[in-house]
Amino acid sequence: MTLTNPNLLSRFAEIGINDRLTVGGKGASLGELVRAGIRVPPGCVVTTAAFERFLSAIDPAGSIRREIEQLTADDLAGCIRVGAEVRARLESATLPEDLQEKIGAHYEELQVAASDFGCGEPVAIRSSATSEDSADASFAGLQDTYLWVRGVDSVIEHVRKCWASLYAVESVIYRRRLKLPEQGLAMGVVIQRMIDSRCSGVMFTRSPNSGDRSVVVVEASWGLGSAVVSGEVTPDKYVVGKITGEIIGRTVSTKLRLHRPNPAGAGVIDEQVPAEQQNAPCLDEDELHALVDTAKLVERHYGCPQDIEWAIARDLPPGENIFLLQSRPETVWASKDTAPVAAPRGKPFDHVFSLLSRGAGKK
Amino acid sequence: MGADGKTRSFTLPSQIADVPGTEGWESMYPYYTRFQPEDDQRFWFYNAMHFPEPMPAFDALTAEVPYEGLGAFTTRIFAFPTTMGIEHRIVNGRIYITANPVTDPAEIQRRLAIFQERAGFYYENWDRLFREWKVRLESLIRELESIKVPSLPEFDDSEVVMKAKGLGQNHFVRENFHRVIELFSKMWHHHFEMLMLGYGAYMVFFDFCKRAFPETADQTVARMVAGIEVLMFRPDDELKRLAKLAIEYGVDDLFNSDCEAKKVLDEMRVRGEAGRRWLAELDKSREPWFNMSTGDGFYHHHLSWNEDLSVPFAALPRYVEQLQRGESLERPTERLKEERERIIAEYRELLRSEQERQAFDQMLGLCHLVFPFVENHKFYCEHWFTSLFFKKVREFGALLVAYGVLAEASDVFHLQYVEIESALADVSLAWAGGGKPLGAAHWRPIIEERKRIIEKLKEWSPPPALGPIPSQINDPALQMLWGITSETLESWSSTAEAGHENEIVGFAASPGVVEGVARVLRNVNDIGQIREGEILVCPVTAPSWGPVFGKIKAAVSDIGGTMSHAAIVAREYGLPAVVGTGQATQRIKTGQRLRVDGNRGIVWILD
Repeated sequence: MTLTNPNLLSRFAEIGINDRLTVGGKGASLGELVRAGIRVPPGCVVTTAAFERFLSAIDPAGSIRREIEQLTADDLAGCIRVGAEVRARLESATLPEDLQEKIGAHYEELQVAASDFGCGEPVAIRSSATSEDSADASFAGLQDTYLWVRGVDSVIEHVRKCWASLYAVESVIYRRRLKLPEQGLAMGVVIQRMIDSRCSGVMFTRSPNSGDRSVVVVEASWGLGSAVVSGEVTPDKYVVGKITGEIIGRTVSTKLRLHRPNPAGAGVIDEQVPAEQQNAPCLDEDELHALVDTAKLVERHYGCPQDIEWAIARDLPPGENIFLLQSRPETVWASKDTAPVAAPRGKPFDHVFSLLSRGAGKK
Repeated sequence: MGADGKTRSFTLPSQIADVPGTEGWESMYPYYTRFQPEDDQRFWFYNAMHFPEPMPAFDALTAEVPYEGLGAFTTRIFAFPTTMGIEHRIVNGRIYITANPVTDPAEIQRRLAIFQERAGFYYENWDRLFREWKVRLESLIRELESIKVPSLPEFDDSEVVMKAKGLGQNHFVRENFHRVIELFSKMWHHHFEMLMLGYGAYMVFFDFCKRAFPETADQTVARMVAGIEVLMFRPDDELKRLAKLAIEYGVDDLFNSDCEAKKVLDEMRVRGEAGRRWLAELDKSREPWFNMSTGDGFYHHHLSWNEDLSVPFAALPRYVEQLQRGESLERPTERLKEERERIIAEYRELLRSEQERQAFDQMLGLCHLVFPFVENHKFYCEHWFTSLFFKKVREFGALLVAYGVLAEASDVFHLQYVEIESALADVSLAWAGGGKPLGAAHWRPIIEERKRIIEKLKEWSPPPALGPIPSQINDPALQMLWGITSETLESWSSTAEAGHENEIVGFAASPGVVEGVARVLRNVNDIGQIREGEILVCPVTAPSWGPVFGKIKAAVSDIGGTMSHAAIVAREYGLPAVVGTGQATQRIKTGQRLRVDGNRGIVWILD
C-alpha cells in the first residue's frame, strides 16, 4: 500500500477527502469540511503511518499479524484469546518517543487554539476507519469515541484504546471470515477540541422520512450530541425548505435526558434535563436558519445529500457558535432512487390527460 | 371511515334547524335549491369562499348561473373524465355545494377520448383563444352597457312611428331585462370556458411537485406558478399613480387621514387647472379599473369602487403620505421575478434526471401558459362585468320605484329574478292600460320581511361541512380552489369534536410569523374599520381589498386554498396568511391578540 501522507500526525487543515487511506474517513471528512470553510472544532488525526510505526516498534518481527492470520473464523476461543492478548499489549505499550512528542505538541497547540473558545482543554478521541463503505466501517470496534478527555497522558491512553479496538473479538472474527489480510490494517485516530454544547444534534439535507431533497431536516436536543446519536432522547425536529428557507414543520419534543461534561473533570455524565427546559425548543429561528445555511454549504461542497452532526457552543456568540462534528453522504435514499417521477410527453398537456384519467379502465 | 368502522359524519342537512324568527326563508330561493331527504347521504361543504353571507333572493342567481356554466363545460362540453359539475343547495341563506365525481373506470375511459380531443384543441390554441376571449368579453360588456332601461314616458317616442318600429317601449322593459340576465349567463359560460382547463394544468404541476418533493409546502409550488403582471393589481397601481399625480400637481394637501371622497372631489373642482387635471386623470383610471367589486362579485351590495369611492379614497391618503416621505410605491416586480426564477431553477436542479427536468419544464410551461387567463379572467368577469350587471339591475329597480312598486331601487335585490319579471310586467300593463300597478301592496311587505330574515340569518354560524365524511377526498379542484382535503376535513371535525382551544389550523398560504390584534370582518363593506397593523380575519379575502393589504400585518380566512386570491395577494404583499381555517371568524373576536404562523398554517389566540 502506498501512503500519500507519511506524516505521523496531520492537522485538519492539512488533509482532505482524498486522504482517507492515511487518516480514515472521519478524519478526512473533518479536513474536507475545514477546506470548505465550515467551522469545525480544531484538531488533528494520528495517521495510519503512526499506527504502523507504533506496531513495528513493539512488534518488529510482525508476529502479531501472523498469529491473527493463522486463526480461523470459527475458532471462537482462539479469536477471543489472541484478541485479548493483542489488545492488552497495545494498551500497555509505550509510544515511540517522537510520536509521543508529536501528540503532546499538538495537544498543546489545541490549548492555544482553544483559548479562542474560552472553554478549557478537553478533547474527543475518535477512531477513524479507513474502509471505504459504511457496511465495512460498521463492523465492530471501529466506532470508538471517547469524550471529554483531558491531559496528554490520558489522550495517549485513549489513542491506544482506539488502536486496540482493531483487535476486538468481533473485528477479528469479521476479518477472518472474509480472509482479509492483516498487513496494512490500520486506522486513524482523531484528536479534536471538545465543544461544551448548549444543544446539539443531527441534520439531513435530504428528508429521512420521504427522501425529499428540497428540505433540510434538523434534530436537536440539549447538551452534547451523544444523547441524540445514541437515541437516548427524542429530539426536537424541524423541517426547513432548502430553497425558500420557510419552516415547514416544527415538533418540540419532551427531552428528558442530556449528556454533559463531568464537572468533576474528565468524561461525560448523563442527567435529567431541568424541568423548565424539557419542553422548551432548543433552537431559535436564527440558529435554525444558520444551521440550514451551513448544511446547504456542505451539501454543495460535496455535491450530494449529507447527514451531518452539529453542536452549538454554550459560551460563544451567535455567528461563531455553530460547529460541525461530522458529515457523511446520505446512503438510504440514494440507493432507492430508481423510477423517475415523470417523463416528458409528446405535448405538455398530455400530462393533464394522464392525471385526469387516473382510475380509467377499458370498457 | 373511523377507526371503529362506522362512517363519521358532520351534521346532516336534515338536522339543521331553522334560525328562530326566519321561518319562511325558503320562499327567497327556487325549489331546486332545497335539501332533499336523500341529500343526507352525500358530503356537502359550505362555499364560504364565494358566498360568505346569507344570499339575498336575487343574488342567489350568482350561484345558479355560474354552476350552470361550470357544469356545462366540465360535464357536457369538455367531458372531464373524472368529474362532472357541482350541485348546490341553500339552507338558512347559505350555499352548500358538492362535486359529482365519475368513478366507473369504463366511463372515465369513454369520457377521456372526448376530453383529449376537445381539451387538446384549447390547450393547443390557448394564447389565440384567450386573445379572442378578451375581445368577446369586452364586447359583452359594451353590449351590457348599451342596454337601456325604458323610462316609460307619458307618450312614447315619435320615432316608433316615424321609423315604423312598431314596438312600444314597454316591450323593451321585458326584452331588456331578459337581455341583462342572458348576458349574465353568457358571461358565466365564458368564465368557465377556459377556467377548468387552467386548473387542470395547475393540478398536474402540483401533483408532480408533491411526488418529487413530498414535503414542500403548497405555497412554494404556488410561487413557481404565479405570474407577476396580473390585472388584479392594476386598480391598486392606479391609486398609486393618482397619489403620485396629486403630489406632482400640488393637490396632495387634500388627502389627509379623514378625507372623504365627495369633499375631495368638490375641492378639486375649485383648485383650477391642477384640480381639473387630476380629475381628468381620475376619470381615466375609473374606466375600467374602478369597476372593481369591493367583494368578489357575488353580492349586489358589494359595490364597485366606481359606485363607492370611499374604498379607493381610503387608500389614497396613505399612498400620498408614503410618497411624501420619499418611499417608493412601486411593486418590486423585478425582484419578485428574479426570486421566482431562482426558486424554479433551484427546484429544477434538485430533480434527479434530465428526463424529470424536461417533464418539469413542460408542466410548469403549461401553468405559465394558462396563468394569465386564470388570474385575469376575474377582472373581466367578477369585477368589470358583474359591477355593471348589478348596476343595470338596480336601474330596473329604479323604474319600479318610479312606478311606486318599490320603496327604493336596491329593494329589487330582495326579489328572485322571476319575481322581478313579474313586477315589471305589472308596471308594463299599468303603463299600457293607463292604470296603476298593484305591486306596492304585494311586494313591499314581502321585501320588508325578507330584509328582516336576511339580517337574522347573519347571526347563524354555518357548519363548514355537512353529511358523511368521505373516506377519501382527492378532487384536485376542491383542493386548488377551496383548500379541501382529507386533512382539512379531519381538522374541521376534530375542532368541532374536541378542539385545541387556542389553536386554529388552516392552510399555510403565505410565509412568515407575526403577532397582532385581530379585526374580524364578516362583511366586506366594513373594511373601513381596519386599522394599521391589525390582523384581518374574514370569511374570505378578496383581491380587490388590495389597498387593505398594505395596511394589515397578516390575513386569516375561513375558506381558500393555495391558489385562492387571498393566498396569491398575501404572498405578493409579503404578508403571512393562513387560509381555509373553516372557523376563524367564529372563534376569533376583534381585539384578541393572535399569532399567525404562515409557514405552518396555524393561528393561535393568545388572549
